[in-house]
Amino acid sequence: MIHVNNIHKSFGDAKVLKGVTATFETGKTNLVIGQSGSGKTVFLKCLLGLFTPEEGHISYDGKIYDDLSIGEKRNLRQDMGMVFQGSALFDSMTVEGNVKFPLEMFTKQSPSEMQDRADFVLKRVNLIDAHHKFPSEISGGMQKRVAIARAIVMNPKYLFCDEPNSGLDPKTAIIIDNLIKEITEEYDITTVINTHDMNSVMEIGEKILFLKNGLKEWEGTNKEIFKTDNEAVTDFVYSSELFKKVRQMYIEERN
Amino acid sequence: MNYFESIGSYAIMIREVFKKPTKWKIMKTLILKEIDELMFGSLGIIIFISFFIGGVVAIQTALNLTNPLLPGYLIGFATRQSIILEFAPTFCSIIMAGKVGSYITSSIGTMRVTEQIDALEVMGVNALNYLVFPKIIALLLYPFVIAIAMYVGIFGGWLAGVSGGHSTSADFIEGIQLDFIPFHVTYAFIKTLVFAFILATIPSYHGFYMKGGALEVGKASTTSFVWTSVAIIFLNLILTQLFLG
Repeated sequence: MIHVNNIHKSFGDAKVLKGVTATFETGKTNLVIGQSGSGKTVFLKCLLGLFTPEEGHISYDGKIYDDLSIGEKRNLRQDMGMVFQGSALFDSMTVEGNVKFPLEMFTKQSPSEMQDRADFVLKRVNLIDAHHKFPSEISGGMQKRVAIARAIVMNPKYLFCDEPNSGLDPKTAIIIDNLIKEITEEYDITTVINTHDMNSVMEIGEKILFLKNGLKEWEGTNKEIFKTDNEAVTDFVYSSELFKKVRQMYIEERN
Repeated sequence: MNYFESIGSYAIMIREVFKKPTKWKIMKTLILKEIDELMFGSLGIIIFISFFIGGVVAIQTALNLTNPLLPGYLIGFATRQSIILEFAPTFCSIIMAGKVGSYITSSIGTMRVTEQIDALEVMGVNALNYLVFPKIIALLLYPFVIAIAMYVGIFGGWLAGVSGGHSTSADFIEGIQLDFIPFHVTYAFIKTLVFAFILATIPSYHGFYMKGGALEVGKASTTSFVWTSVAIIFLNLILTQLFLG
């Protein structure tokens, strides 16, 4: 479980996070949504320890990040997996090399153990024949799967995903969403996903945090988000004509 | 003020490069890869330029020695001194700032733009040690490249001087042996080692701390070439005054 307590973060005069408090539960897919510039990426980077909040603190299973020693922080980092918006695969390495990289860096496993683990996670994300291909030789959807495989290869306790669906077609996006949800449940991971994809919200939004101008505007589930009367949330969710029609039908049905 | 900030953050970067080392097994592979890319990959251009510049130095010297009373061995002597003292260590380093420096800045800059550096940091890897340290170690072999440049440059001078009828082979060889001071070679190699460190670190700094997208990667490569060249030329003056002044 990750608990975020009243965090503030500024860059110069620009206050990006103005006191966000939230709890992300283990074994659930937690979504952070909001418009571009709402502070989602900065919030995720604070969770990852890449940015240090000026006020407030973040605790991981009861351990406050700021109170940890350098060694403990390093260990905690190895419990985190991250799927970047652009996949962030290492261009100079093959798919297998990318997946094995954390194992080679941080474990004392033998080459055969590493190979077995890499084969296992690649199979888990349904990538079987791409071991020796380079990232530039595979599709965007496959790159996302490799990024997920690399993120889970160390058996992380926490999985963070920054816009995992960006640049993917709707069908592949749903496959990636479901894969993340399955992995979260299967390995009992605390997963936090930054997204503004409404399909993801409907598919896997077990807990949703809506950020607006660096503040928590609303939180709830994918079922509750369609019933809420919060104007900022409804403006965001029903910004497309399709969703406006869905809401209209829902209201008519309710009445 | 920005210049002072940049110098400060460059110094901090150098300190970070030597902190929290990457596993030796992985580092060894990275160093060998960098030696191949940065050193072996530069041999062709260095040999090509050295050969022709050596030839030009010999011809220019011969054309300016119009007085028949001046001995013929001066062409070989002037070629040797120019190549060993300045051309090989300094001129080649400026060429390398363009070739190796731009490569380092653009490769690290692209890793920054595509979040690969963020990925390393999230995993708990010291990205500066992982990316920059192997380049510094690989460039320790730079004096060997410069030794080849010295040899090829003098050979180019001999070939141009003799085949162009500007000098006899015996005169030229007498000139390159005349008043030879071994410390000049030592001085050239000391300069080369300092330039090697500059060649590895200034382009890495510009790549690692760049912000923006593909266009900014190009701009960072250009800026890196300018500042690497400025640093080399400035340090050349300081080192020459220190060792030969």
